[in-house]
Amino acid sequence: MTNEQLKEKLLQVFPGAVISETTQYVTLTVEPDKLHETAAALKGNPELHFDYLFCQSGTDVKEALGVSYFLESTDLRHHLLLKVSTTNRENPVLDTVCDIWETANFNEREIFDMFGITFKNHPDMRRMFLDEEDWVGYPLRKDYVDEVNIIERN
Amino acid sequence: MAFSIYDLTAFNQSIHEALVQNLSPFWALIVEMTIIGLVFLLFYAIVGLFLVYAERKICGFIQNRVGPNRVGPYGIFQTIADFIKLLMKELIYIKNADKFLFNLAPFIVIIASFMAIAAIPFGLGLHAIDFNIGVLYVMAVSSLGVIGILLAGWSSNNKYSLIGAMRSGAQIVSYELSIGLSLVTIVILSGSMQLSTIVEQQRNCWFIFSGHIPAFIAFVIFLIASTAETNRGPFDLAEAESELTAGFHTEYSGIKFAFFFLAEYMNMFIVASMAATLFWGGWMPFHIPGLTSFNHVMDFIPPFFWYMGKTMVVIFLMMWFKWTFPRLRIDQLLKLEWKFLLPINLFNIVLMALVVLMGWHL
Amino acid sequence: MTEEIVQHDIEQEEYLLNMGPQHPSTHGVLRLLISLKGETVANIEPHCGYIHRGIEKMCEKLTYQQIIHLTDRLDYLSAHINNEAVCLLVEDALQIEVPERVKYIRTIISELSRLASHELWWCAFGMDMGALTTYFYGLRDREKILDIFEETTGGRLLQSYNCPGGLMNDIHPNFQKRIKEFIPYFRKKLPEYDELLTGNVIMQERTKGIGPISKEDVISWGVTGPSGRGSGFACDVRKHHPYSAYDKVQFEEILFTEGDSLARYKVRIAEMWESLKILEQLVDNIPEGDYAVKMKPIIKLPEGEYYQRVEACRGEFGVYVISSGEKYPVRVKLRSPNFSNLSALNRMAAGFKIADLVAVGGSLDLVIPDIDR
Repeated sequence: MTNEQLKEKLLQVFPGAVISETTQYVTLTVEPDKLHETAAALKGNPELHFDYLFCQSGTDVKEALGVSYFLESTDLRHHLLLKVSTTNRENPVLDTVCDIWETANFNEREIFDMFGITFKNHPDMRRMFLDEEDWVGYPLRKDYVDEVNIIERN
Repeated sequence: MAFSIYDLTAFNQSIHEALVQNLSPFWALIVEMTIIGLVFLLFYAIVGLFLVYAERKICGFIQNRVGPNRVGPYGIFQTIADFIKLLMKELIYIKNADKFLFNLAPFIVIIASFMAIAAIPFGLGLHAIDFNIGVLYVMAVSSLGVIGILLAGWSSNNKYSLIGAMRSGAQIVSYELSIGLSLVTIVILSGSMQLSTIVEQQRNCWFIFSGHIPAFIAFVIFLIASTAETNRGPFDLAEAESELTAGFHTEYSGIKFAFFFLAEYMNMFIVASMAATLFWGGWMPFHIPGLTSFNHVMDFIPPFFWYMGKTMVVIFLMMWFKWTFPRLRIDQLLKLEWKFLLPINLFNIVLMALVVLMGWHL
Repeated sequence: MTEEIVQHDIEQEEYLLNMGPQHPSTHGVLRLLISLKGETVANIEPHCGYIHRGIEKMCEKLTYQQIIHLTDRLDYLSAHINNEAVCLLVEDALQIEVPERVKYIRTIISELSRLASHELWWCAFGMDMGALTTYFYGLRDREKILDIFEETTGGRLLQSYNCPGGLMNDIHPNFQKRIKEFIPYFRKKLPEYDELLTGNVIMQERTKGIGPISKEDVISWGVTGPSGRGSGFACDVRKHHPYSAYDKVQFEEILFTEGDSLARYKVRIAEMWESLKILEQLVDNIPEGDYAVKMKPIIKLPEGEYYQRVEACRGEFGVYVISSGEKYPVRVKLRSPNFSNLSALNRMAAGFKIADLVAVGGSLDLVIPDIDR
């Protein structure tokens, strides 16, 4: 399926969806409260069938914490970039998708570790890499301060 | 004092007589025991050093390497250097270990292997104790080592060690059966448990030839089971490096580790010499009935060399196994014993009994 | 009464075993917390982060040329391929067309890396299974590849041969000759691998049906590379999203459907044959031309988001860059294959013995720095 067809299809399935296109992938942006529903539909709909989450990344761009989901359909061979973001920096909460794509289990733990985004309904929401008891803060956030280890360059 | 490299009986006799003339019988016995003990200690150390060196060279050969080649010519002093290193190493004491058992375990392992050596006939007249139940004695004593291994695993208070020890226990208890039954096969053929008698009976034809099919089956089973009994690859589950780091001897260091290490090689030496004694005629030269001149040529090689040569061949086979095969899993190991080796062995005993009854052996 | 309670406790009690962070078969500082029932593994909980170096954070303060050299330190056995991903991303973003020569050389070195990596995997897999001799057979052949690397790139393990716009320098005059010597040599040596390990009864028994995982699970867990293809997941990026010179060569995507450790093993062995095939097609046809395009000393990617996927030795490696138009990226996410592969370990090995866990771990071919990043 070409990107144009995919866009049409997405508009059919999700009327009024926010769709843009970067150079590579069609990008679908959703609100946090619609995330789980959209993700489930993306995998469940047989004409979309995004069954492979090949990359899941936390982002901290312009004050908004978000998550990017890179999706591929292994039989239809089309791609989608699903984005969700929240401006709540104090207590960001998103829905988990690890019941849809199992790989999200570890990836969401990593995002929680690095960005402090809590995933609702995640079976095991702990830090992935950093020390669970001692580590303060979320290193990949732009406002993370570590005066000892990070050298500010001008 | 008659000294002949072919028959040391007279030599031993002359020493004995000299001692008895000069000392009371009790002290003569003490002196004799001390001499034999020292000779065995020396022998033990030399064989241990040699086997470690041999294993390294053979392993190197199998793995496209040179093996040790820096310390001394062809690296022959490598194991001595290693031994000195192990002696000088710090003995690490484990805080939560059961100290008494932890220190006792290596000694049990090494004593068990040391005791077995006494009953092995190295040559004509080179035989410390000639029990009339020699086969039974060697089997009984050599299986004591497992107690040491179990103690080592238990007292280390380490989970890997405990798993290794339990594996070793299950393994040795199982494979003891196969070893025993394959030896029983030979005992049926020979009609005696005395090792000197068994060797003497093979003067004309080794048991592996005279007992043909059942003896050969028994030999193969003995080889497999004894490899398992000595905890060597592919049956080295007790120390399975990639699974249990080092298994039962994870927590041991320095000379205590060296004891385990040495005992492993000595056990290998003992089972190999048992294989050589029972199946390949021990120190008996290779004779073909009828070919008198050939047999005379063979007789020129001293018995001790025959004995060592045969033992080394078996040891080489066991080393070859270790460096070629992947390791078995614990359930596969037990399956192999209880589902294959044991039934084959039982059948083989019946077959051997039949062969002996009908007089089909050579 | 008390006996009943004791009995109950023994059945409920789990024997917890820490495998790692220092353990011979985790191939690095990975810690697996294993609950055992006897010798049977009930649950595996990976604890990562023992060599977490914060590479993604470091990347936010580095230029794109510098980032390349950090990607080396992820999966050090496919260092060149990781470098290539960043270079391809930068070139795509700036819409630079690199010369054909560069594409060919990059592909050749990628495939040599893959061969070297799979050889080392074979060594280590044999070690995990307790067959110690494999190690030396594998290293013997890997050495030849590392010699080729050393001559042309200067590095043996981490080549750092790529730069945005091409290569650091041209190939060594001996490059083609050495590879042409290596191909027949390795074609002769590769059957030895089968003789020594693949055909062995114990090895077959230890791996057949061990750690099975279905195609659906593999896709869901994102297990890629040879591990994914062992379950029938067609995930070869070289085939489905060709980059460099992969669209110019004929090769097969190796797929097995059994999904057990033996299938993953066979995929890797078959991939070595395919890599040799690719090398043969390319080595004689390296076109003449420049080895690099002249680039500006300061690279600034246009504002936007970029993603580049390549097929590293252990699966799909991805680089995700968000750029604000500055010389430093805003966010760099490195999608590492081993992280996803590790996540499926519990799914595969739970219910089997400890020895099987080692075999499954070996068949996944985990490289720990790639997990921790």
